Amino acid sequence: MTVWKMLTATKGRRRLDWTDTVSYLYLVVGLVVMFAPVLWLVMSSFKTESAISQFPPTFLPYTQQSVSVPGREGQFPLYRVTTESGETKVLAQISRIGIVATMVDPAAPDTKVRVNIQAREPVTSLQFAWENYTDLFGKFTFGKYLWNSVFITVVATLITLLFNSMAAFALSKYRFTGQKAVYLLIIGTLMIPPTIILVPVFLVINEVGLLNSLWGVILPAVATPTGVFLLRQYMLTIPDELIEAARMDHASEWRIYWRIVLPLSAPALAVLAIFSVMWRWNDFLLPLIVLSKNEVFTLQLALNSFQGELNTQWHYLLAMTVITLIPVTLVFAFLQRYITTGIASAGVK
Amino acid sequence: MLRLLSGFFNLLEPLFKVAQSVLGVNRVAWLFVAPNLLVFGLFTFLPITINFFYAATAGVELMPANRPYSGLDNFQTLLHCADYTDLSTCNKDIFWRAVLNTLKFSLIQVVLMVVFSLITALVLNRKIIGRGFWRSVYFYPVLLSPVVVALIWKWLLQSQGAFNAGLVAMDVQPIEWLTVADWAFFWTVFVSIWAHMGFYTLIILAGLQAIPRDLYEAAEMDRASPWRTLTRITLPLLMPNLIVVLVLAAIKAVQVFDEVFVLTGGGPGSATTFIVQFIYQTGFAEQIHLYGLAAAASLTLATFLVILTLAQLRLSKADDMGKKGH
Repeated sequence: MTVWKMLTATKGRRRLDWTDTVSYLYLVVGLVVMFAPVLWLVMSSFKTESAISQFPPTFLPYTQQSVSVPGREGQFPLYRVTTESGETKVLAQISRIGIVATMVDPAAPDTKVRVNIQAREPVTSLQFAWENYTDLFGKFTFGKYLWNSVFITVVATLITLLFNSMAAFALSKYRFTGQKAVYLLIIGTLMIPPTIILVPVFLVINEVGLLNSLWGVILPAVATPTGVFLLRQYMLTIPDELIEAARMDHASEWRIYWRIVLPLSAPALAVLAIFSVMWRWNDFLLPLIVLSKNEVFTLQLALNSFQGELNTQWHYLLAMTVITLIPVTLVFAFLQRYITTGIASAGVK
Repeated sequence: MLRLLSGFFNLLEPLFKVAQSVLGVNRVAWLFVAPNLLVFGLFTFLPITINFFYAATAGVELMPANRPYSGLDNFQTLLHCADYTDLSTCNKDIFWRAVLNTLKFSLIQVVLMVVFSLITALVLNRKIIGRGFWRSVYFYPVLLSPVVVALIWKWLLQSQGAFNAGLVAMDVQPIEWLTVADWAFFWTVFVSIWAHMGFYTLIILAGLQAIPRDLYEAAEMDRASPWRTLTRITLPLLMPNLIVVLVLAAIKAVQVFDEVFVLTGGGPGSATTFIVQFIYQTGFAEQIHLYGLAAAASLTLATFLVILTLAQLRLSKADDMGKKGH
């Protein structure tokens, strides 16, 4: 009883009551609903091609064992067979017609046994199919897709940081005519999601010759109202005296920007960098209309095109999906705090 | 890497020095905002203008100069129905279906989204053990890409998937989750809530934490029931926050596209075809690219967004007035 009291005690408060129980129940159900689908995907991605089409599926990647039979070509699946006399034997199936399977004992390959398929059960073992992952790099142009995604993410993020911090610097540390108009114009673009200007954006990208080029995905979105807003709010907290002092020392405005303001804005830059990486890595609609050639596909586009194929190769598709979610999961694991503060302060994702 | 970076920055310095001596210190600011304005101009403001032009021209040419003027023809094609009670008499019945689907989706999804985010935030705001952990549980799917989200669920819902295995284990007939219209619609709503709930939960949680603690202490002194505390203190003070969540969720919901596109492809039939997918298909995916029609559909979508934004302004104003009245 005292143990129970100890377990149910809450920090300096009353003991657990029914509302706490309901809360924890809600959280545990939430845990299953939120994480189980992802876990199922990851486990499934380790199944061999034959195991993945098995029904009902297992959670862990069990694969049917197979053996070679002396005197015959190839590998044959192993089954545990219950004979009429009630004993069980492990046999290899060499052929099957209708409901009758022809089986042999691998140790005595000459005596064939006819077995009703109801009386056999596959012999399985736990086996992680790492080849789903390793094959990706040889079989498809997967490496190319991965590179395209990485290139877009890294380059776009660098340019985003540069352009947005420059604008934020101008909008927070200067007084110039038209400043307010520029700020409102930039923030106003928040109201114009890319979905409603899809056709003309496509035209502009086509006219500047960036169709089917990675730059056609990078450039249109390097100026982000969110980024400007986030950085400007942060730069407003940097004391103007620092800048005045630098001007006294005859530092040029550019030097003030990149030697004083930029380093001091590192926390805000980090938040924007994380956001930008997420946006770019996960981006779908813009690449979908700009990149139509296979060799410029990003991971997201490749996943989309593979899943649309008539005979979806799920074992490769799932492995590719897992690779695609790894960077995001790493960001989540290590930098979650930055993202949540970013969302709380800017209200955008 | 750092040296490369510093080299790059040094390279730009002379340029800015010249500009500074010509323009003076304050006008150099224009040089700093120039790259941003250029990108916005080229890829946002210019397209907004051209969009109207597309909507008023016909043909399959991409270059605006080659497109013949057609007035309101595109809207006529898009919106006209011989009999508005029967969608199959419309010129573009698929567009109307997309609009109705989008409205239905938004209404259901936004309400459920707010309700579940609110409940989750209320639970997470309690004194629970491992709060950070639980919060990240709900937040994780927010970071996943729409394609990955769709594939995770497609894998579970396919005819040989885990869900049907569960049904078979319970001796129930398996269901074709994504090819039966009502189920497919249900799953688009469910999956989009699953993927984005964490974001709204976070915003509501921030609002909850901003409510002064002494209000709750006072309520406890007065022996107010938990329900009364919720309806008399928490919810009224959370209102501005909930309005933001409501409108943000609605703005996102009417633009629903990528998850659904990968999950169901808009099917079965047109059961889960939404406006953005209609725009994408008309303008880009089908054999003949009808840019004018796609642009006209975009403007229809833009109208929805404008209405939602105005609604937000109106609602937050009303809420402010309500507060002042007290």
